[in-house]
Amino acid sequence: MSEWRDDIFDCLQEAGVRQVAYVPDAGHARLIERCHEANTMRALSLTTEEDGVALLAGAWLGGDKGVLLMQSSGVGNTINMLSLVKNCQFPLVTLVTMRGEWGEWNTWQVPMGQTTQEHFEVAGVICYRCDKAEDVKETVATALRFAYYTNSAVAVLLGQRLIGAKIFAED
Amino acid sequence: MATLNRRDVVAKLLADRGEDLLVVTGLGQCAYDCFAAGDDPRTFYLWGAMGGAVPMGMGMAVAQPDKRVLVVTGDGELLMGLGALAAAATEHLPNFAVAVIDNERYGETGQQKTATARGSDIAGIAAAAGFATTKLVTAQADVAEGVRLCREGAGPVLVTFKVDPASQAMAIPPKDGAYLKTRFRQAVVGKI
Repeated sequence: MSEWRDDIFDCLQEAGVRQVAYVPDAGHARLIERCHEANTMRALSLTTEEDGVALLAGAWLGGDKGVLLMQSSGVGNTINMLSLVKNCQFPLVTLVTMRGEWGEWNTWQVPMGQTTQEHFEVAGVICYRCDKAEDVKETVATALRFAYYTNSAVAVLLGQRLIGAKIFAED
Repeated sequence: MATLNRRDVVAKLLADRGEDLLVVTGLGQCAYDCFAAGDDPRTFYLWGAMGGAVPMGMGMAVAQPDKRVLVVTGDGELLMGLGALAAAATEHLPNFAVAVIDNERYGETGQQKTATARGSDIAGIAAAAGFATTKLVTAQADVAEGVRLCREGAGPVLVTFKVDPASQAMAIPPKDGAYLKTRFRQAVVGKI
């Protein structure tokens, strides 16, 4: 399996992340498994992405660092809940696997995938983008540090070219 | 017809709370009710983020397993995020409770009826989702037991209190989100 997914797990461990909220996604499947297996963090399965934004705010109030894993199709669901992050200056780190771009075959993924970064930026989320495996570790580690040190909201967009369209062949 | 008074129910929910009760309020009247019962740095008032009270309480309950986390929210707020009940139930959080102050109305927007005015039963939904403890309280005689379950019942707990829809005197909690966050962290975690 791809080494960059393990790099992300290592980053989460090194940053002291305790709660990993996620809406299931094929691109994050291995990372989700590893987080469930780890005894230093708790992986929490949610039914919609905005719940992850609120959950991580609660986690922070209780002293836990967290991250939110989702797919680009879920970004639109988070918009109003991001007002919580902005008003209260909560740190937020979300790792987003991109759809609707490089090699996509499902038309329905395109509208949200092509506007993911725009939506995030309008809502006050800073976007870092990764299209190469060798950039993932540094980018995720930097996003975690930046968000927690500066009470900022940061999204790492993991490009479809990085993830590989092949993984979705049986979508 | 429900006869419970929401201010009375919320005052009882938060009575003698000490340092081990952490509270998240839904937006609107539940925030006002909790403020009227006595401000506390361990209460986080939502002024927006509708549908977010339950998941916010979940993250808090995971982070603070030795404290009780109580979400005090309305039927309208909770109905916007029903999926969170499934998530909260299946995470089996023993220290997590939700008190639904159910006036069967969207009180902030003109008293339009919610689904609970037309038959939906939030405690029933929570039970079906897998909450360990659920209760529907409609009579004054059952309020004490509903409060006890919220404060010390085996979690996750959800108790619906059917209350009179009449509006109460205004009691306005702080709405500066950064202030609410900072004072909560200072009180509970001991750092900003």
